[in-house]
Amino acid sequence: MSLDPATVRRIAKLARIRVDEAQVEALRTDLNSILGWIEQLNEVDVDGVEPLTGGTQMALRLREDVVNDGGIADAVLGNAPDRNGEYFAVPKVVE
Amino acid sequence: MAYTIEGSTGPWEVVVGMEVHAQVISQSKLFSGAATAFGAAPNSQVSFVDAAFPGMLPVPNREAIAQAVRTGLGLNAKINLVSRFDRKNYFYADLPQGYQISQFEHPIVGTGVVEIELADGSTKEIGITRLHLEQDAGKSLHDQHPTKSFIDLNRSGVALMEIVSEPDIRSPEEAGAYIKKLRSILRYLGTCDGNMEEGSLRADVNVSVRKAGEAYRTRCEVKNVNSVRFVMQAVEVEALRQIAVWEGGGEVQQETRLFDPNRGETRSMRSKEDAHDYRYFPDPDLLPVVLEQGWVDGLRAALPELPDAKQARFMAEYGLSRYDAGVLVAEQATALFFETVAKGRDAKIAANWVMGDFFAALNRTGRTIEDPPVSAASLGRLLDLMADSTINGKIAKEVFEAMVETGRDPAAIVDERGLRQVTDTGAIDAAVEAVIAANPDKVAEYKSGKDKLFGFFVGNVMKAMAGKGNPALVNAALKARLGQ
Amino acid sequence: MTLTDLTLAEARDGLRAKRFSAVELTEAYLAAIEALNPKLNAYVLVTGEGARAQAAAADAALARGDARALTGIPLAIKDLFCTEGVRTTAGSRILEPFVPPYESTVTANLLRDGAIFLGKANMDEFAMGSSNMTSAFGPVTSPWTRRGDNRPLVPGGSSGGSAAAVSARIALGATATDTGGSIRQPASFCGIAGIKPTYGRCSRWGIVAFASSLDQAGPVARTVEDAAILLGSMSGFDAKDSTSADVAVPDFAAACRRGVKGLRIGVPREYRSEGMPAEIEALWQQGLGWLREQGAEIVDVSLPHTKYGLATYYIVAPAEASSNLARYDGVRFGARTAGEDLVALYENTRAEGFGAEVKRRVLIGTYVLSAGYYDAYYLKAQKVRALILKDFTDVFAKVDALVTPTAPSAAFAQGEKMDDPIKMYLNDVFTVPANMSGIPGLSVPAGLDAQGLPLGLQVLGRPFDEETVFAVGAALERAAGFTALPGIRAGA
Repeated sequence: MSLDPATVRRIAKLARIRVDEAQVEALRTDLNSILGWIEQLNEVDVDGVEPLTGGTQMALRLREDVVNDGGIADAVLGNAPDRNGEYFAVPKVVE
Repeated sequence: MAYTIEGSTGPWEVVVGMEVHAQVISQSKLFSGAATAFGAAPNSQVSFVDAAFPGMLPVPNREAIAQAVRTGLGLNAKINLVSRFDRKNYFYADLPQGYQISQFEHPIVGTGVVEIELADGSTKEIGITRLHLEQDAGKSLHDQHPTKSFIDLNRSGVALMEIVSEPDIRSPEEAGAYIKKLRSILRYLGTCDGNMEEGSLRADVNVSVRKAGEAYRTRCEVKNVNSVRFVMQAVEVEALRQIAVWEGGGEVQQETRLFDPNRGETRSMRSKEDAHDYRYFPDPDLLPVVLEQGWVDGLRAALPELPDAKQARFMAEYGLSRYDAGVLVAEQATALFFETVAKGRDAKIAANWVMGDFFAALNRTGRTIEDPPVSAASLGRLLDLMADSTINGKIAKEVFEAMVETGRDPAAIVDERGLRQVTDTGAIDAAVEAVIAANPDKVAEYKSGKDKLFGFFVGNVMKAMAGKGNPALVNAALKARLGQ
Repeated sequence: MTLTDLTLAEARDGLRAKRFSAVELTEAYLAAIEALNPKLNAYVLVTGEGARAQAAAADAALARGDARALTGIPLAIKDLFCTEGVRTTAGSRILEPFVPPYESTVTANLLRDGAIFLGKANMDEFAMGSSNMTSAFGPVTSPWTRRGDNRPLVPGGSSGGSAAAVSARIALGATATDTGGSIRQPASFCGIAGIKPTYGRCSRWGIVAFASSLDQAGPVARTVEDAAILLGSMSGFDAKDSTSADVAVPDFAAACRRGVKGLRIGVPREYRSEGMPAEIEALWQQGLGWLREQGAEIVDVSLPHTKYGLATYYIVAPAEASSNLARYDGVRFGARTAGEDLVALYENTRAEGFGAEVKRRVLIGTYVLSAGYYDAYYLKAQKVRALILKDFTDVFAKVDALVTPTAPSAAFAQGEKMDDPIKMYLNDVFTVPANMSGIPGLSVPAGLDAQGLPLGLQVLGRPFDEETVFAVGAALERAAGFTALPGIRAGA
């Protein structure tokens, strides 16, 4: 599989990373070389193999339903690049 | 007769499936210990997990999982003992993680079924495809500032159940009945408060139309419909729109649409039309959810009696009609109220009073079944006063109104206002004599064969006795006197 | 002997015996940092004031007889660990203004045990790199140089600042993290010990995530025993991390004294066939010889899928990273670059905030998860990963530990291997399988190459059997008698 420039632009859009036209070709080369190298996995026969889903094989531990967090609006908002009163602010979204 | 819409090219069948988002009743969020209560100050119910700060990790809430399982059991559905949380990746201002934790490939609940009842008395089964758990997003406010949107993350991370139906619904009525029934089941289970106004229950309605015998045509998803009435309206107007498109020679495009209740139409949500590619994959912060059958069995054993079972029991145990039983079981509190009134009494009379005078009083006073103007125990005592002939039915209605007004016990009202039924034959005879004496012409007419006038005499005797005469004794006395 | 020459174990004994104070020890380190950090760039932030306050508190604790495992021990903290009230950047421009309002579980455990934090250690951006060249705050220079060659070398990565600081004796030990080799490879390059424990041993809560199913915290330290002491404090169950293991923390330091008599040590034959430099092969054989002499049995074993570990890693890690890094959007914390609308704000913020390697990996990760490619890449990789895990499970039924080289080469010069990402990725070929399978891995300095640069040997063990790993590692360390020191170091 080999990426074309349109695919590079599409995944950059999906990843919300602005990519200038001048960068597309270099990125395409890098990404293709990585993807080409990954192709070696095609040699592996994985018929009937259950995929691993995490770093450990334990079962999920659950938490009791108690309120023991929140109530820290100032701390939550304290790092915001644009804080407006009790809110985070972003450029107006038109729906 | 199946529901169809008549177009210029003949009848069209409507095909509807629903995705209902139900907010889980739990104290804390799905993956954090922040509170879920409605209406708190902005960003006051937000943990660093909910705001997706660096290094924060989700830990699932056992009760949210239990609520999903209870709901699955209530929908007669398969409980998947192994399920998994996946990430649904997309960017949005009120989605702090840049992904929603949801269940895509392995939901916690599989196929089930909901039975709905229609106005003609028939019933129909609507298939449930799946139920899965996911996080709610935060809220964007667009009207607080001229050039900015404000973000409140209080709802970010609250547990939602998404309940997906099969495309088994064929009319606006069925759509309305389905959402009502689902709401009733959720409320019985205590897994969702069903409050559509506050957004605890929201429906996305998938609508398509087709000619009889055809395969499914393209569907549109109508988003966030927030009342039963709007669900029914949305189905109808969207079906009409699609019929117009097809009959106009056009083609319905698969898209997301928004229902506008003010204008009674749906419109395209172009902002959601970016080619979405959610890149689902198993959330590497969370291991598979593995449930023990014994735990599920314990939840099942503790389930309340659900509406269908209760309705059947009311019909069998109290001899109620299917319709009456259906009305009484729609809300658990109503069913409980009825059963409290009916216990040890004539159940049909109890049902008539609950559904008649009592429901009317609820409507009139704007109060709720949880906070009724007359308690079930008081209403029961009122029925007792009728049963033992302390008062008659007419006086009972008067006493009931007084109970609504004053909140006092019926016996006290009867005593204070001297409403006790008169069974003293001397007093009844005296009243009868007075009425006959005052209406010689009517007596003559009656005697000449105008039997219908008997009611006139009863009415006037009761009036003379301020309504308190025992109806049977008054009848007997009049019959005897006029028969002379 | 100056204070900065002491190992952690020796410093701990000296503090308890009141031969010197925590304030004196801390001042010695702060002075060394002031002198050497401008050359090394190992720290991105030095917290002298906080360190002095912690040192005074440590002395007070020691005076009242309340000596904990690390009371008075000055450490460097990799800048991936969130530290309350202290800027945490993950080596990225996008987190340059970020001051966490919380303390990571691992660093909180260290503080609980009395440690002193000297500052935040430089690192590859978001822990993505094997050279420390990707840091937004400039590369770290290794304290080591090739014999007769003054060109600056890389300390390895991503925990390059941590490893360089410990090696140059401007920290007594350091926290690090390892997603594909980021503890072990820089430890090997810098001639120190470093262990990635079993996945789940250390809580990930409060550590900026790179690839959630692979990330593990661990220490780098001057000796295997020092690493064992640090890991003992860093480890432990944490209810805030769903993947944290609820298992007891053993006495790792005691395990260092166990010896290897009767242990079966596996030598995976697939690690040989990678065109390995002769001197690394020779060192490996020598290490196996040392273990045999100390009573271990050496067993030839096979890990048939291990050669696919790296390609698997470069699907799984970028995929998880592409999702984990979505939260850096300029809305709630970190740097923001304006845009005319929300989408432009996101795209500008992330274009300016992320460096080239991070962008490459986010884009690869986005691609391998995208519609139509998920099965071919991500799902396939997770299946291969299951095979890699099975290889290890099978092998550990026959042997108690495995010994391999840590890295395929010694440290390289800054700027080398930069032209081709794959060349850089190959650094992790021996370390990645342990991340893919979650098992513990320790790098021990075992010798020098022909140019006088350190080479490490790696010990791999069963899940949650770090004790055997430490026993084998300490045996190698004793036999190797590694005493070489870098040219740039405190007290030199």
